[in-house]
Amino acid sequence: MAVSPTTMAAVRASGAVPKAEYLLNVENIRKEFPGVLALDDVSFRLKRGTVHALMGENGAGKSTLMKILAGIYVPDQGEVFLKGLPIRLKSPLDALENGIAMIHQELNLMPFMTVAENIWIRREPQNMFGFVDHGKMFEMTADLFKRLNIALDPEAQVRDLSVANRQMVEIAKAVSYESDVLIMDEPTSALTEREVEHLFEIIRSLRTQGIGIVYITHKMNELFEIADEFSVFRDGRYIGTHASTDVTRDDIIKMMVGREITQMFPKEIVPIGDVVLSVKDLSLKNVFSSVSFDVRAGEILGIAGLVGSGRSNVAETIFGVTPATTGSIAINGKPVAIGSPNQAIQHGMAFITEDRKETGCLLILDVLENMQIAVLQDRFVKFGFVAEKEISAACKVMSDKLRVKTPNLQERVENLSGGNQQKVLIGRWLLTNPKILILDEPTRGIDVGAKAEIHRLVSELAKQGVAVIMISSEMPEVLGMSDRIMVMHEGRVTGFLDRAEATQVKVMELASK
Amino acid sequence: MTSEQAIAKAPAQSSSKQGRRWPPEVSILLVLIGIALIYEVLGWIFVGQSFLMNQQRLTIIILQVSVIGIIAVGVTQVIITGGIDLSSGSVVGMTAMIAASFAQASTWARPVYPSLTDLPFIIPLIIGLGIGLLAGIVNGALIAQTKIPPFIATLGMMVSARGVAKWYTKGSPVSGLTDQFNFIGTGIWPVVVFLVVAFIFHIALRYTRYGKFTYAIGANVQAARVSGINVERHLVKVYAIAGLLAGLAGIVTAARAQTAQSGMGVTYELDAIAAAVIGGTSLTGGVGRITGTVIGAIILGVMISGFTFLRVDAYYQEIIKGVIIVAAVVVDVYRQKKEKFEAE
Repeated sequence: MAVSPTTMAAVRASGAVPKAEYLLNVENIRKEFPGVLALDDVSFRLKRGTVHALMGENGAGKSTLMKILAGIYVPDQGEVFLKGLPIRLKSPLDALENGIAMIHQELNLMPFMTVAENIWIRREPQNMFGFVDHGKMFEMTADLFKRLNIALDPEAQVRDLSVANRQMVEIAKAVSYESDVLIMDEPTSALTEREVEHLFEIIRSLRTQGIGIVYITHKMNELFEIADEFSVFRDGRYIGTHASTDVTRDDIIKMMVGREITQMFPKEIVPIGDVVLSVKDLSLKNVFSSVSFDVRAGEILGIAGLVGSGRSNVAETIFGVTPATTGSIAINGKPVAIGSPNQAIQHGMAFITEDRKETGCLLILDVLENMQIAVLQDRFVKFGFVAEKEISAACKVMSDKLRVKTPNLQERVENLSGGNQQKVLIGRWLLTNPKILILDEPTRGIDVGAKAEIHRLVSELAKQGVAVIMISSEMPEVLGMSDRIMVMHEGRVTGFLDRAEATQVKVMELASK
Repeated sequence: MTSEQAIAKAPAQSSSKQGRRWPPEVSILLVLIGIALIYEVLGWIFVGQSFLMNQQRLTIIILQVSVIGIIAVGVTQVIITGGIDLSSGSVVGMTAMIAASFAQASTWARPVYPSLTDLPFIIPLIIGLGIGLLAGIVNGALIAQTKIPPFIATLGMMVSARGVAKWYTKGSPVSGLTDQFNFIGTGIWPVVVFLVVAFIFHIALRYTRYGKFTYAIGANVQAARVSGINVERHLVKVYAIAGLLAGLAGIVTAARAQTAQSGMGVTYELDAIAAAVIGGTSLTGGVGRITGTVIGAIILGVMISGFTFLRVDAYYQEIIKGVIIVAAVVVDVYRQKKEKFEAE
C-alpha cells in the first residue's frame, strides 16, 4: 500500500519515523518510453547523511531515475520506499511534500521576483488580513541563508543574480521544504571553481544535518571530492554501487562504458604549417581587449580561463556574431572584415558554439535539416532549389563517418543524446570544409565514449591541416589536446603555454592572474 | 550483447514505429472528411437534403475559401519563422481600394482619377501587388531592424493600412471597374489563383533554400544566425511575401465584388491565422506546411457553410468557430508532446 503525502507529513510531524536502514530505496524500477527501455529492473539505495553520486554515459538512465524520484515520471513497475514506507509519487509537488526535492540542470526560478518570494512561493507567510507578510518572509529567508552559510540579499531580484547564486537560491528553497532527499543534476556545470568550492561546503553541511544527497555528475574529480558512494548505470541498467574511496578513475570509466578506454585524448603530433588565422589587438568594448594570437594549419590552440574570462566572447567576435569594436583579423596573411557569421563562413571558418540547445541545434527539425543548414549557403543549391539527393547522400556519409547514433536522418534532433547532437553539429560544419574550426566546450555534458570520439576527430582534422581553436573548461582536455594554450582572465590574455611546458598549475596561475 | 548493440537497437525500434506514422496532413484531412460527413448526416435528418451533393454549395465554399487561403499561404510562412502577421486583413482593404482606383472604366460617372480610366488590367495588378509588397517590406524591416515583436509591428500596420484604405477616397467606395479587372473575380478564377499560389509556395517551402532557412529560423533563430543565415534579410523576404499575397487577395476581393470598399478584409487576418493553425502550423515556429493550411482553410469554409446549411443562428456560428480554433491548437499541442518522447 502506498502512503499519501498527507499521511507522510503526519508521520513526519509526529516524529515517529520508522527505523529504516536506508533513507530512500528504489526497488526493481522499470520505465519504458516509446521504442526505448530507459530503465530495466533498476534498484538504488541512499543512506542517511551521505552524498551518493550517479554516474553513467548520457542515455544510461540516471536522469530518468531522478525524474521518477522527483515525481515527474511514474514508473511502469517497481517500488520506491522513503524511510521504509512505500510511496507513489504522481507529481513534482507530491515529491516535494514527501521530502524529496530536485535541483534541475535548468534552474526553475522566476526572474522578476525576489529571492524570498521565489523560495516561499505557494507558502508565503500571511499577516492578519491574509496579505503576504513580506517582513516575516525576508526574516525567514535570512534565517535559512544563515543556516546554509549563503550570503545573499533576500530582497534581490533573481534576474540580477549570477547562475551560481541562483543555484544557491534553488538549494535554499529545497532545504526550506525540510527535505530529506536532495537531488542535484550536474550542479557544477555552469559554475567557476570558487563557486564549486562554496557549493561543496554547503553540500557537506547538509550532509552533516542528515540529509541524503543524490548527485548526478559527469565529472570524475567531483566524485572523489564530494561523494561518499556512487552507483553506475549503463544502457538503462544498474551496474553497481561502491564507496568512492575504494576505486580508481579507470575502474569507474570501465564500469560506465563496459569497455576500456585506452587513451582519453588521442592527440597526434602532426607537422604544423603556416599561419592561417592571425588576430591582432582585437577588442570588444567592455568585454575583452587587445587579444592577439596566431593559429597555424594543423595546430590546435587551446583557450583556457575561468567562466566569464571572455573566452567565448573572443570566439563569437572572430566568427562575426558580435563584431569587434577595434582590432584586425587576417586570414592567410590577408586582412579580412568579418561583420557576420555569413562572412566568417565565406572565409572558411566554422564555429561549434558552447550551448548546443540555445545556439546550435534546430531541436524540432530532423538530423538532415540540422546538418545541411550551413552548407546550403553556397553549395548543393541550384537556382534556389536544394539538390535533395546530393545533400542527403553527403549528410548520410557524414553521419556514418561521425558514427551518429540515429535510426535515420529523419529523426528529430531533440530525440538524440547530447553526444549525438554534438556530432550532428560537427557534421554540419565539416560539410562546409572549414579551414579554421572554432570549438567552444566541444564535449560539455557528453558521455565518455562520445568524448573520446570527438577528441579523435578533432585531432584527425588538425592532421588534415585545419587550424583549430578549442575553448574548454576541462583541464585534462585542454592539456591533452592543445599544441599551445592561450589563457585568459577578465577579458585579457594572460599568457601562452606550449604543450611541453603546460601543466594544470601553470594554467591555473595564468587564469587567476 | 555488447552495450553498443543495445544502444543501436533501441532507436531502431522507434524508427519502425515512426515509419508507420502518417504525415500530419492525413489527420487534418480526416477531420475535414469527418466534418463533411457529420453535416451530410445532419442534413438528411434535419433539412432533408444532401450537404455534399450540391454543386452550387461546394462552389461557394471553395470560392469563399480562396481569398482567405491566398492570405493564409503567406501567413503560414510568417508563423513558421515564429512570427505573426495581423496586418493582412487591412492590407486587403488598402490594396483593394488603391488597385480598384486604377481599374475604373471611363463610363463610370465619378472615377478617382478621371484621366486614368480604362487602363489595361496589368496596371492595377502591378500597383496592387506593389502596395501589398511594400506593406510587407515595412513589416519585415521593422521587425528585423528594430527587433520589436512581430505582433506589435503588424498590429501597427493593421491599424495604419486600414486608415489608408479609408483616407484614400474619404470613405466612399470605388466602383465601375473594367470588365478586364473584374474577370479575375469571376467563375472559378479565384480558386485557380489560390491553388497556383499554394502550389508555388508549397514547392518553395519544401524544396528551396528559402524554405529550409524559413524553418531553420523558426526552429532556433540563434542557431540559424550562427549557421550563416542572414536572419534579418530573410525575415524581410518572408513578410514581404505575406504582404504581396495579401495584396493579391485584395485584388481578387475587389474583382469578385466588382467594387472596392475600405472595410474589405476585416478579420481576414484572423481567419488566415486560424486556417494555418488548424492546418497544423505551430505558433512557436519551425513547424507547418502549405498543404495543411489549404486543408485548414477548407475546414473553416465547410464549417461556416454547414452552419448556414443547417440554419444555425449566425451568433452561434461565431461562438462555435472560436471553440473549434482553440480545439485545433489544443490537439496540436498534444500531438507535439507525443512526437517528442523523452528518451533520457
